[in-house]
Amino acid sequence: MHGIVKGRRVDWSGIFLYVFLTGFGLLMLLPLVYMASTSLKPVSELFLFPPRFLVDHPTLMNFRDLLLITGTSFVPFSRYIFNSIVVSGLIVAGGIVISAMAAFPLAKHNMPFRGAIFNMVVLSLMFSPMVLQIPQYLLISRSGLMNHYLALILPYLAAPVGMFLMTQFLRQIPDALLEAARIDGASEWKVLWSVIMPMLKPAIATFALFSFIQAWNDPYPAMVYTTKEDMKTLPLAIQTISGGAGVIARVGTFAAASFLMIIPTIAVFVITQRLVLQTMAHSGLKE
Amino acid sequence: MSDSLGTQVTSTPVQTAASPPGRLLQLWKEIKRHKVSYFLLAPFLILFFFFTIVPIFMSIGLSFTYYNILEKPRFIGLSNYRLLFVDDDIFLKAVGTTLKFAFITGPVGYIMAFLLAWLISQIPVKYRFFYTLCFYTPSITSAVAMSVVWLYLFAGDRKGLINYYAMKLGLFDEPYLFLQNVHSIVPVIIIVSLWMSMGVGFLAFLAGLQNVPKDLYEAGAIDGVRYRWQELLYITVPSVKPQLLFGAVLQVVSSLTVFDVSIQLVGLPSPLYAGHTILTHLFDYAFIKFEMGYASAIAVVLFIMMIGLNRIIFKLLGRD
Repeated sequence: MHGIVKGRRVDWSGIFLYVFLTGFGLLMLLPLVYMASTSLKPVSELFLFPPRFLVDHPTLMNFRDLLLITGTSFVPFSRYIFNSIVVSGLIVAGGIVISAMAAFPLAKHNMPFRGAIFNMVVLSLMFSPMVLQIPQYLLISRSGLMNHYLALILPYLAAPVGMFLMTQFLRQIPDALLEAARIDGASEWKVLWSVIMPMLKPAIATFALFSFIQAWNDPYPAMVYTTKEDMKTLPLAIQTISGGAGVIARVGTFAAASFLMIIPTIAVFVITQRLVLQTMAHSGLKE
Repeated sequence: MSDSLGTQVTSTPVQTAASPPGRLLQLWKEIKRHKVSYFLLAPFLILFFFFTIVPIFMSIGLSFTYYNILEKPRFIGLSNYRLLFVDDDIFLKAVGTTLKFAFITGPVGYIMAFLLAWLISQIPVKYRFFYTLCFYTPSITSAVAMSVVWLYLFAGDRKGLINYYAMKLGLFDEPYLFLQNVHSIVPVIIIVSLWMSMGVGFLAFLAGLQNVPKDLYEAGAIDGVRYRWQELLYITVPSVKPQLLFGAVLQVVSSLTVFDVSIQLVGLPSPLYAGHTILTHLFDYAFIKFEMGYASAIAVVLFIMMIGLNRIIFKLLGRD
């Protein structure tokens, strides 16, 4: 912060701050740099001794191999990408609509049980949905949704974190705007779409980021709810390329696939980051 | 639970004193008057009911049964729990590993996230994005995708990067089996998890810190705050307390649910169950051995641990 501790010391601590942040920041990025460089390594460099961190003669061969080798196997790699895009896309889009619809009355209407419903949502932030895997699996398999896109989507639509952030964000929006629209004769449904949704944009971007990352990276829905190869999603397919846990096989192709998988999540963050920080300012919990 | 969280919500006018039948009637009228609100809430609540509330009660119910999916669940009382805590040495070991893990990554990751967010908030806005990206990106990578890096970095032969450099510097005489040696498995998982721990909580801290009113610092300077650490302790931390609590809740959940990293790096089962956590034990019984009753008991224990620990956090941090 400026103004308070300005003195002779501040230059030194300022320089130290930048050196520390830059050094530590780059250290955090090293594993990602290594992944990117491995995905560009030709076969001759993959198993060199002594091991090299960076690539000498970059090539796109691994990416070509990824599409070719897996293209000749019985399910083409593009199918996994397609599945992942469909599933994450629908989870994000559906989640936004459902959460925004629910956050509006929770933040702005004064109906009975409002407190109880909100507390229930906060309570569900306190445990991981992973402990509910078994009954969710039983529900899905009993209802005949196995190997269906719906099985990969439905359990993840009602996301407490997104709903919580949206409600908190809406609370600080002044009621006067809503009242103005209501006086003009707009129904609550109309108020939601024409007043609330545009103002909710930062929270929607944040929700999109978090739920996209979660849906895109999670291999377990596909592992548990699908048995057919052509219903699998990207993270599970990548696990298959690697030959299972703890095994490194086809390092180059594996790195290329992993690299492809990480790119969209970083892109979504770069696009949404400004709005995300606006929203997270309202993420606080109070007793 | 509701009493401790309820202060944010204004009470409804229905709760005014009246005779019981009159009160119910009034409540019903109130509900009818707000039917649009419930209509808007319906999709969320229906999904939430089926995929969160029902499963909680199903888990509790199933934990008292023997259920292998093929036959009907058979009620066996507390046998699962007795087995879990008395006879299942691997479970007790998994609880130990999980707690050891949680008590290191939880606080360290939390404090690291807060301090980094604080340091970033000290620099001009235009440079912040680069650093935010550096620290946040690891948390949005998937454990599956990153395993290609970790398996190579920690590889147990002389081609592993860490072994190679350690031997070159003369630290080791021979390659160390990071991912096979029972002593190094938990530390490796902790390092990887810490690398990935600057997530949603970190962003919440960062956002909260950006919005601390400037005049608080000016007032603090007048009141005799001289150093940055005093500023941090007496002004910054109290102003971002709600974000701190939110971050703590997420941290408790994520540090008790270590699963991906363990499975990707050391496999299931890991060597001598050294990387076995409560969640891998749950997955093992549920989706490999298909003993759903027993696995449900594990889920209930983990559920209670998470809620319990979060209650304690709320008691400690939630006070104003």
